Amino acid sequence: MRTFGYTDFWFILEAAQWTVMLSLIAFAGGGVVGLIVALSRTAESPLARTLSVGFIQLFRGTPLLLQLFLVFFGAPVIGLDVNPWAAAAVALTLNSGAFLGEIWRGCIEAIPRGQWEAAEALGLSYRHKMRDVVLPQALKIAVPPTVGYLVQIVKGTSLAAIIGFTELTRAGQIINNATFQPMLVFSVVAVVYFLLCWPLSLLASYMERRLALSLTR
Amino acid sequence: MLLHGTWMTIQLSFLAMLFGLLLAIVCAWGKTAGPAPARWLINAYIEVIRNTPFLVQLFFFFFALPAVGVRWSPYTAALVAMVFNLGAYATEIVRAGIESIPKGQVEAGLALNLSRLDIFRFVILKPALKAIYPALTSQFILLMLASSVVSVISADDLTSVAANLQSETFRSFEIYIVITVIYLLLTLAFSYVFRLVFQWGLNYPDRR
Repeated sequence: MRTFGYTDFWFILEAAQWTVMLSLIAFAGGGVVGLIVALSRTAESPLARTLSVGFIQLFRGTPLLLQLFLVFFGAPVIGLDVNPWAAAAVALTLNSGAFLGEIWRGCIEAIPRGQWEAAEALGLSYRHKMRDVVLPQALKIAVPPTVGYLVQIVKGTSLAAIIGFTELTRAGQIINNATFQPMLVFSVVAVVYFLLCWPLSLLASYMERRLALSLTR
Repeated sequence: MLLHGTWMTIQLSFLAMLFGLLLAIVCAWGKTAGPAPARWLINAYIEVIRNTPFLVQLFFFFFALPAVGVRWSPYTAALVAMVFNLGAYATEIVRAGIESIPKGQVEAGLALNLSRLDIFRFVILKPALKAIYPALTSQFILLMLASSVVSVISADDLTSVAANLQSETFRSFEIYIVITVIYLLLTLAFSYVFRLVFQWGLNYPDRR
């Protein structure tokens, strides 16, 4: 047994790097999946709508932990050799895709019906209608809740510790097992998470207030 | 075993919802009507909980607090962590509901010579709860899903049953599929029950 020292602190900070990396990957991947989900959720084809509703229901109605387990233990069943890092990235991508899809669907539906009809009256194709009329307007209202959701992603990456990926939480566990100073170790871990998430929370609520102002004007 | 695990998850979630909501109502009251230091404390509590992962909070309650003398079972630690987690999220929701009540309602209550507690209970809380009911119930369901994490500190729940079964049969994938389906059914069941509760308890006519 040894005491919690400078190197341990450094170890935790280095692991925080992986938390950030995993969050960025989950956000980038989840953004792509989420956009597809949001577009098919608002599409005219009933098949696309049903599929995206099913996807959203499935990933929002089951725990993220179980989704991680399914990817981690399920990939070997279909013959893929998967490490915790890839499993965490895939599960977090799909999970945030479902949540972001649902957030963005709301933003797309908030665009007044008249805008859609005007685009159709101008004979714009689906692609141009979405790209040039609906999505730019939806983007404006989508930014604050998306930044808010980033906080959820960062916190969600902590679950990757359970399947053995060494990020912030797992690093805390490892150091705790070596030093047995849980109060100190987990406080440090919590503070690092707080420092990652709090600026994002503040930014999200600031942008929310600014958007509310610009809408009432 | 699966049934036992499901029951434990339901029980744990239900207790956490109940105590978490009570905590949230007290905190929301403190935040809207309390003195400045109380407001400051409640704000700090909310920000800390909302900006750290549930898993770390769980470790804190289970590993860190016993080190300074609080001794409890995994089950109690899990329940306390869930209550404090939900409490923070729900405080903000309840506060939004309380602030949606027009000031005239409270003044009407004062004019009718109701006590402060009665005003809070009947004039503010009940309509506020109705207004925030959808947000509150989706937070409850998120909590139920988050409760799967408590298996990590060996508290007894659906996911821990899965881990036990897995170590006996080594059929991890099949077991986790079954457990995931059970969670999905639980989500659907909870949202159905919440709808029933709404119709039965909060569906009084609204003249606004």
